[in-house]
Amino acid sequence: MLSVQVQEKIERELRKYPADQRQSAVMSALRFVQDEKGWIESSDMADVANYLGMAQMAVYEVATFYHMYNLKPMGKHTLTVCTNLSCQLCGAEEVLGYIKDKLGIGIGEVTADGKFGLREAECMGACVEAPLLSVNNKRLCFRLTPAKVDQILAELGGQP
Amino acid sequence: MANIEIDGKQIEVENGCTVIEAARRAGVYIPHFCYHKKLSIAANCRMCLVQIEKAPKPMPACATTVAEGMKVYTASEMAVKAQKGVMEFLLINHPLDCPICDQGGECELQDQAVGYGSSASRFHEEKRVVLHKDIGPLVSAEEMSRCINCTRCVRFGQEIAGQMELGQAFRGEHAEIMTFVNGSVNSELSGNMIDICPVGALTSKPFRYTARSWELSRRRSVSPHDSLGSNLAVQVRNNRVMRVLPIENEDINECWLSDKDRFSYEGLNSNERLTRPMLKQDGKWQEVEWQTALEFVANGLRQIKDGAGAEQIGALATPHSTLEELYLLQKLLRGIGSHNVDFRLRQSDFSADGKQAGTHPHPNLPPEGEGATVSSDGGEPRQFLPWLGMSVADLGKADRLLIIGSFLRKDHPLLAQRIRQAVKKGAQVSVIHSTDDDLLMNVAHKNIVAPNAMADALAQVAQDVAAKNNAGISGSLLSGERVVVLLGNFAQQHPQAAQLQSLAQQIAAATNGKFGFLGEAANSVGAYLAHALPGTQGMNAATMLSSPRKAYILLNAEPELDCANPQQAMAAMQAADLVVAISAYKHHAVDYADVLLPSAPFSETSGTFVSTEGRVQSFKGAVKPQGEARPAWKILRVLGNLLNVSGFDQDNSEAVRDAALASVNIVEKLNNILNENVGRAMPDAVGEAHPTKTGGFQRIAEVPIYSADAVVRRAAALQKTRDAAVPRAAMHSAELEKLGVQPGAQVKLSQGQCCVYLYADADDRLPKGAVRVAAGHAATADLGAMFGTITVERA
Ligand code: SF4
Ligand code: FES
Ligand code: FES
Repeated sequence: MLSVQVQEKIERELRKYPADQRQSAVMSALRFVQDEKGWIESSDMADVANYLGMAQMAVYEVATFYHMYNLKPMGKHTLTVCTNLSCQLCGAEEVLGYIKDKLGIGIGEVTADGKFGLREAECMGACVEAPLLSVNNKRLCFRLTPAKVDQILAELGGQP
Repeated sequence: MANIEIDGKQIEVENGCTVIEAARRAGVYIPHFCYHKKLSIAANCRMCLVQIEKAPKPMPACATTVAEGMKVYTASEMAVKAQKGVMEFLLINHPLDCPICDQGGECELQDQAVGYGSSASRFHEEKRVVLHKDIGPLVSAEEMSRCINCTRCVRFGQEIAGQMELGQAFRGEHAEIMTFVNGSVNSELSGNMIDICPVGALTSKPFRYTARSWELSRRRSVSPHDSLGSNLAVQVRNNRVMRVLPIENEDINECWLSDKDRFSYEGLNSNERLTRPMLKQDGKWQEVEWQTALEFVANGLRQIKDGAGAEQIGALATPHSTLEELYLLQKLLRGIGSHNVDFRLRQSDFSADGKQAGTHPHPNLPPEGEGATVSSDGGEPRQFLPWLGMSVADLGKADRLLIIGSFLRKDHPLLAQRIRQAVKKGAQVSVIHSTDDDLLMNVAHKNIVAPNAMADALAQVAQDVAAKNNAGISGSLLSGERVVVLLGNFAQQHPQAAQLQSLAQQIAAATNGKFGFLGEAANSVGAYLAHALPGTQGMNAATMLSSPRKAYILLNAEPELDCANPQQAMAAMQAADLVVAISAYKHHAVDYADVLLPSAPFSETSGTFVSTEGRVQSFKGAVKPQGEARPAWKILRVLGNLLNVSGFDQDNSEAVRDAALASVNIVEKLNNILNENVGRAMPDAVGEAHPTKTGGFQRIAEVPIYSADAVVRRAAALQKTRDAAVPRAAMHSAELEKLGVQPGAQVKLSQGQCCVYLYADADDRLPKGAVRVAAGHAATADLGAMFGTITVERA
């Protein structure tokens, strides 16, 4: 079942679209679910499908098409490092290696305490600030260096 | 209209027409994969690239609409280079496994690779691997690396079948066709995905690896199942039916087949086939010669006729029998002096018989008019003949439909599909029924009521349309220009069938619409034309069983599965002195019959089915009858001769058909219309259906899609589908609660002396006071009438 909060958010989203186009809200609905629990389970997709009156498979298509949806638990903070060309040229590989060592996990993995998950992604359209990563797809951290990474991790680790 | 030129050929087509369609009409073939004339345009394979004058780059012909003066070159250097380039890309990831691929020899990719591919690949990297999936017993998705991601199967599900069971998950190189969380594909039309898949990704599970397409010969035939009369290509090797494919007929099945039509052929080769005549002697079954068996039957019938009287003989046939078989059956019975012949085995209300409007002589009645009452204007009553009331093509053009008492999707899968397409174009469908299964189309209005409230619900609509009430169902119907009112199987089997009919007739009249019946079986209309009916002197199917006869002839019928009241039917069979079963299968009749005569199913005999729209379709046998089996019309002809009945000298089935239809003007005979006011004068036939004792519920019985006739009951793969699962007892959760039964627990259901145990399901869309228990299935064959009271208790 979708939580009341998620349902309310979806309802707000639905007001943007014609009444017979409920499926237009599918991407937002999936985002709300992920914001709430960090990832999207197939049962959540089924719930979204029922809520919006769509085929379950159609929701699955959307959820698997877009990279930003986590299809498995990705920790409390999902760090997504850009490994596309500009970032590569500016040292993304080293930064990624540093994060891996620091957290003791590889790409697609989650730390044992469930705090951090690590993913890589293609160009985020902010090459001027390369190399970079995003936290939970919400916040971009620019011009990464090992020191900057330490700072970010400390900051996040400091939060409950 | 636009005048365009394709490869130098001038052609005029309507605006909005695609280049690929215009080319087809001009006789120019453009290679393609994702394009399919019945599906939406996806334009994702790019195989159809052509050169268009003034366009800077090649354009996809499937997604480009024509424009006045357009010049298209489909085989220019630019076009061919583009097509070859696309082919090279398609083959990059396609496995080179044609020799072991089931599609080999009938593969669009293989064919087009011959035309556009090169002999060697420039791609040396690893090909992508897509894991196999299990999507159910009918469609195999074992080799998904072959998929070229054209999404035809996905669009078929969304647009034609009405449910998106397959989809394309992930992206780019990782894109794959799959179901949601390893689900199965359950659509009753799923087999069409095999046909439209241009490669060997989706193949037929029952057929795969049994034959190569070039080894098969193709025989035209007609579906023996539902009343649409789908055109079949029965494919044969070594005198065995290997598979069944559709023959395109835009007016009937278009290019589709229901899974029942496609996969039922497995039942033809079932090991339950009866292949030798058998006689029960001293309680033991013996295989005997035809002569012995037929003489035994003739003597037996003669003895009963001479002793107890011919009216002690009754014949029950299924409407899946051919016109020829039904014609000779009734002729045989009438020849020995009995009018007890009927095919309406699941019907319970016969009060419409003899109340039809209009008169005219029935050519199949004896000339002196025996068996018919003389009506006021001197003619014989015109036989009431329920049919669709319009052509199938016209049904697709309706803009307002009222569907009464029909398990539409399961009883008429392709008609449901046609209505689905009409709804997409703006038609409104309203439903009056006792169950609320998803029709996979928008339903404008519905009224789901218990069986005994159906007539009232319909009467309300009749009143509303008469009063020009613009709300609800009535409002929808009144706002239409081409209104269609249809009665489904449930309405025809209902104890107030005549009343429902009369009301439907009134509604159609008041809305200026057409009214018709969704015929129950392949030859329901043919059986009327053959006059396999009691007329006024004989007993109908129900009476023959409620006042048991001494002798029964069963033509293709399995009474415990095919009759409205199996309990009563079985009691009558068990008590009879002589039961002659003409059947393609060794069925339950071994327990009560005296003779089993092996007959040929539709694939092994020539014959004729008349579809629900009144279309007469004859077919030839595709293979020789198995073993000693013989076409039933021949069996009946010999019986007629042995019993010295005249008119049994036809040499071939065409002669029988011609005799049956001699001087029959079919168009003029199709007659749905009852005398006015019949319905209002009708007694309350459903009184019995009001629950009386505690625990009493009204029974809602459908005949599950893969239990409806003898052949499909024995089709192995279909029997593994979800639709063929053992029936469950579904009821409103409030009712389950009252009984103290958890969903999923067993309940005891009893009717009459017998009871069965089924698992209970909660379905809050069912009306209260009712329980849904399917008929036509071995698990419920001990129960009584399909309608009426049934007791439900905790098990
Ligand atoms: S499975 Fe067949 S029909 Fe479906 S997308 Fe792949 S190639 Fe096309
Ligand atoms: S390549 Fe990293 S943001 Fe563009
Ligand atoms: S047929 Fe035109 S793009 Fe596939």
